[in-house]
Amino acid sequence: MSGVALVLHQFRFDQKVFWRNPAAVFFTAMLPLIFLFILASVFENSRISGLDVKGATYYVPAIISLAVISATTVKLATNLPAEREAGQLKRVRGTPLPPAVFVAGRVGNSLVISAIMVALVTVIGALIYGVRVPTHTMPAMLVTLAVGAFSFSCLGFALAAAIPTEDAAPAVTNATVLPLYFLSGVFIPQDELPNGVLGFADAFPIRHFFQAMFTAWDPHTTGSGFEPGDLAVVAAWGLLGLVIAVRYFRWEPRR
Amino acid sequence: MPDQVISVKGLRKSYDGFEALRGIDLEVAGGEIFAFLGPNGAGKTTTVEILEGYRKRSGGEVSVLGVDPQEADRDWRQRVGFVLQESRLVPELTPREALQQYAGYYESPREVDEVVRLVGLGEKADVRTAKLSGGQQRRLDVALAMIGDPELLFLDEPTTGFDPSARRQAWDVIAGLSRLGKTIFLTTHYMDEAQTLADRVAILSSGRIVATGTPESLGERGMQTEIRFRLPQGIGASDLPGGLGAEPRLDAGMVTLNVPDPVPALRELTTWAERAGVGLPGLTVGAPNLEDVYLELTDGTSAERAERTSR
Repeated sequence: MSGVALVLHQFRFDQKVFWRNPAAVFFTAMLPLIFLFILASVFENSRISGLDVKGATYYVPAIISLAVISATTVKLATNLPAEREAGQLKRVRGTPLPPAVFVAGRVGNSLVISAIMVALVTVIGALIYGVRVPTHTMPAMLVTLAVGAFSFSCLGFALAAAIPTEDAAPAVTNATVLPLYFLSGVFIPQDELPNGVLGFADAFPIRHFFQAMFTAWDPHTTGSGFEPGDLAVVAAWGLLGLVIAVRYFRWEPRR
Repeated sequence: MPDQVISVKGLRKSYDGFEALRGIDLEVAGGEIFAFLGPNGAGKTTTVEILEGYRKRSGGEVSVLGVDPQEADRDWRQRVGFVLQESRLVPELTPREALQQYAGYYESPREVDEVVRLVGLGEKADVRTAKLSGGQQRRLDVALAMIGDPELLFLDEPTTGFDPSARRQAWDVIAGLSRLGKTIFLTTHYMDEAQTLADRVAILSSGRIVATGTPESLGERGMQTEIRFRLPQGIGASDLPGGLGAEPRLDAGMVTLNVPDPVPALRELTTWAERAGVGLPGLTVGAPNLEDVYLELTDGTSAERAERTSR
């Protein structure tokens, strides 16, 4: 098989495994939608102070950000250490499958799940909560999605490399992303958060990804909606993750 | 194909000052089933993982299919198959799907249906692997290792934890692979497994090879014959005759004698028994076997050493 065919072959099985695992589907695909229904319903028509948008308009890009991070960082950082410790990665490494193809299959899997989630959240936002779908900012939305999904995938591989055991994987991953969701305004509108908190969150990629995503969805955005500064921070984190992953990612159990 | 599929000279490996392997020499010829025996902690898995390219050695020379496994590339991995000691299957896939996935990794894989049949998973081919028994999962491990039609297969303790019938079935599968012309490097700590399957055996103890040869030649190699019988009623151990060629050992009413030559010992024993007017109930004279050689050569020391050093 050629390289591309082999990546597609690998991706096809990664997809099959994902959709057949009820826990994975719940946490990656269902939970973000549940958050969307709760947050968008509760705050549907309350104005978000400072931004002058209604609640649902705020929470659609917020949940899109959460869903992308769930499908990339969280999914990779919880699955890969488990597969490593179970000897599954070691078995794959003993075949002629190039490691880069394995990685491409997994990243492709995360990207496709991210794209499906963005589509679902967008449709639900539009049909149920009347949230306007971006038009002139659509290119900015898609570029933000692509930069975010790639960067957060790299961070998933980096976290997987750092996490020592299967048991530690969900704990470490959630302890990393959950506080950042809160501090970055994903759950609580940013105007409710003290400045110090936002300053802290500004050091991490989640807030910047959400900021760039929000701009693309903000009805007040007049230009193309690109946020090069935020995207640069997200990409820099992704690059750092890539370097860590290339240097430290292991295929064999620690024993 | 070179004559020697595996060639190892002076292989050494140390971890943090502990010498796991202390100079191993091995030759495995094409088409052979080679069994690598030893207690837990003797260094079997370390050796196999060096041969498989998973671990770097500390010293010595290693050639597997003419390649140093430390430098192994994709082409080399086309030609070898591994059954790892511990590797979970993907629970969401069926055996057929897992084999289809792995078949895609190789240039000229075997037919999935044929491999399913070879390992005896025909009826379970479309059941999720999570629902297979331990023995069935292990057979899928073997199937995944052979789907690429490798010249050489490494099987690291393929039947550990099996019930007797599952082990018999696994042995049939392994013998079947050998009939396909594959070279098989098998590690095991079961003597009967080596005796049944192997063309040649090497026994590893505390990081050294202490014996090599065919199972038969090893069994006969200077080994003693075992004579056993139940101690007759009313007879104490001290009543047994002298001049048997070995000190009799008494355990739970059974007398065991390990003697270099069974003929004079049996003559002494039977003459004594006739005179004393007693029988020798349950008398057996056992041909020396691999297990005896193994126990004598390894002497339990490796396992103890491994326990001491693994903490």
